[in-house]
Amino acid sequence: MDTFIQQIINGLVLGSIYALVALGYTMVYGILGLINFAHGEVVMIGALTALTVIKLLADSGLPGTLVVLIGMLAAIPVCMALGFTIERVAYRPLRNAPRLAPLITAIGVSIVLQQLAMIFWGRNYHAFPPILPTTGRDIGGAHITDLQIVIVLLAAAIMAGLMLLVNKTRLGRAMRATAENPQIAGLMGVNINVIISATFLIGSALAAVAGVMVSANYSIAHYHMGFILGLKAFTAAVLGGIGNLPGAMLGGVLLGLIESLGAGYIGDLTGGFLGSHYQDVFAFFVLILVLVFRPSGLMGEKVAERA
Amino acid sequence: MITDRRKALLGMVLIGVALALLPFIIGKGLGNAWVRVLDFALLYVMLALGLNIVVGFAGLLDLGYIAFYAVGAYLYALLASPHFGLHWPVWAILPLGALVAGIFGVLLGAPTLRLRGDYLAIVTLGFGEIVRIFMNNLNAPINITNGPQGISQIDPVRIAGVPLSKTFEAFGLSFPSVYLYYYLFLALTLLVIFVSIRLEDSRIGRAWVAIREDEIAAKACGIDTRNVKLLAFAMGATFGGVAGGLFAGFQEFVSPESFGLMESIMVLCMVVLGGMGHIPGVILGGLLLAILPEALRHGAVPMQQAAFGKVLLDPESLRMLLFGLALIAVMLYRPAGLWPEARRKREFLAEKAK
Repeated sequence: MDTFIQQIINGLVLGSIYALVALGYTMVYGILGLINFAHGEVVMIGALTALTVIKLLADSGLPGTLVVLIGMLAAIPVCMALGFTIERVAYRPLRNAPRLAPLITAIGVSIVLQQLAMIFWGRNYHAFPPILPTTGRDIGGAHITDLQIVIVLLAAAIMAGLMLLVNKTRLGRAMRATAENPQIAGLMGVNINVIISATFLIGSALAAVAGVMVSANYSIAHYHMGFILGLKAFTAAVLGGIGNLPGAMLGGVLLGLIESLGAGYIGDLTGGFLGSHYQDVFAFFVLILVLVFRPSGLMGEKVAERA
Repeated sequence: MITDRRKALLGMVLIGVALALLPFIIGKGLGNAWVRVLDFALLYVMLALGLNIVVGFAGLLDLGYIAFYAVGAYLYALLASPHFGLHWPVWAILPLGALVAGIFGVLLGAPTLRLRGDYLAIVTLGFGEIVRIFMNNLNAPINITNGPQGISQIDPVRIAGVPLSKTFEAFGLSFPSVYLYYYLFLALTLLVIFVSIRLEDSRIGRAWVAIREDEIAAKACGIDTRNVKLLAFAMGATFGGVAGGLFAGFQEFVSPESFGLMESIMVLCMVVLGGMGHIPGVILGGLLLAILPEALRHGAVPMQQAAFGKVLLDPESLRMLLFGLALIAVMLYRPAGLWPEARRKREFLAEKAK
């Protein structure tokens, strides 16, 4: 039973991070109908930028939590600038091109960012300095660290803030209008280009936060961490219903739970034939199953026939 | 009319002679290492033509194509190596490899029939990763793939009892191993090109293009879109399976590392940069992208040493960096590819005019 609760806790932590990244995918998809393949790499750049700052300040005598916070605040503008640039360079000129075109530039951007990160930060794995308190508490025989609690609470707070922004503010209304129909929104006086840029800025800021969380949680960051994380977050977005913000959150948490429970119990279920190193396979199977049986996701509305 | 036909015949003979002499010219001029590069280039051309059926003709973006190459390669490795103690002849393995890869193609195609564009891309990407993860981990509890170490000591391809891994002497000439493989790969590449051209002009080929252009309209015209799309996946996978088997025999070693996502993307680059759906363009793309990185490897290091006194970028990351930039640049400035099909070029121009 303790393992069960432990896996649930791990799943929740993992799921909160997936949810933050998934929001970036789903917002862009909702407005542009485009999978921003490079989003995972933005998370990676965020994690490595923050880690560089944190390493610089690790011996400065400042409290560890503050150092990590500074690192995060440094990564956010970097990622926002990156997201803004990606949209300007690789997506905006192709807005009316065949759908394959922006997808291919997205793959190109993803490769370029990965290689640039490798040139700047090297091929090595970077360890997260042990400056955060490692205290924690026991719940029902399972252990949860304070860091994990902070991750879950911070992710929840950010998502609540985002919901308020989208549902209650002028900018949010403009975003919803653009997602509904860009042409009409434009006629109603919404500056679509500004709204699309804003979407990328917000998504990239969330990616930066998620990047810091991942590297703090696993105590590690490296130049190719973004790809698989991005893929899983995309799966989470699809699971929840792409284009749907609460769906992305639900999908993220669910996928985190599925993965950690799956990895924990697959050995028992298959009589030891398959082990926990198949963890990464779950996300893909979930993705394929969802797309086959419920392509609109758990909370999605209709899926229009479009090429 | 007759002179035209004669001209065409003469041209073909000249091209044939040139292709036959090519390894000798390159081998003498640049060394046999470059003939090896040429061998790989031919493998990539086969892969690119296979992917071209799925992406270029049928318009289904497949990011997990390398999985079929992996299936072909592993099948050869398992059936012709000391790993299971089996030593099947190549002529039995290659058709079987094509068949098994084709079945995998249908396996991938069946659940994804309803998906389009980006969704399909992501699912195929996931499929490629699943195949790779299984290859990496199927060494326990039963050792099937030998895990990350891969399978070594694979039998070389043998034709009429002659192993292609050793220098062969005939007509007073000596043919090193890479030359022999060149002729084998060339023959199969020509076969693949022939099949591609015949497919393109066939009823099925036109059905694929119709689906690419407008699936709903194609359906309304009486095309069984389900079967035709499945056939595209299966045919494309078949080419990949054959190329994979040849790769395993040529390398005499396979490991999951050779079948990562980057390889899938590289093959996709060949198709996209060359000109999706246009066979000569795709061949050009395959040759260019297989040979240029090697040229970079030989040129970039000395150039950097001369310019900066040290190597700033290793050739591998330089290659990937250029790939990424090339993908972006081609999509922005020549979205139909370097050597596009005339019709496709018009479409992209019309798209722009809108």
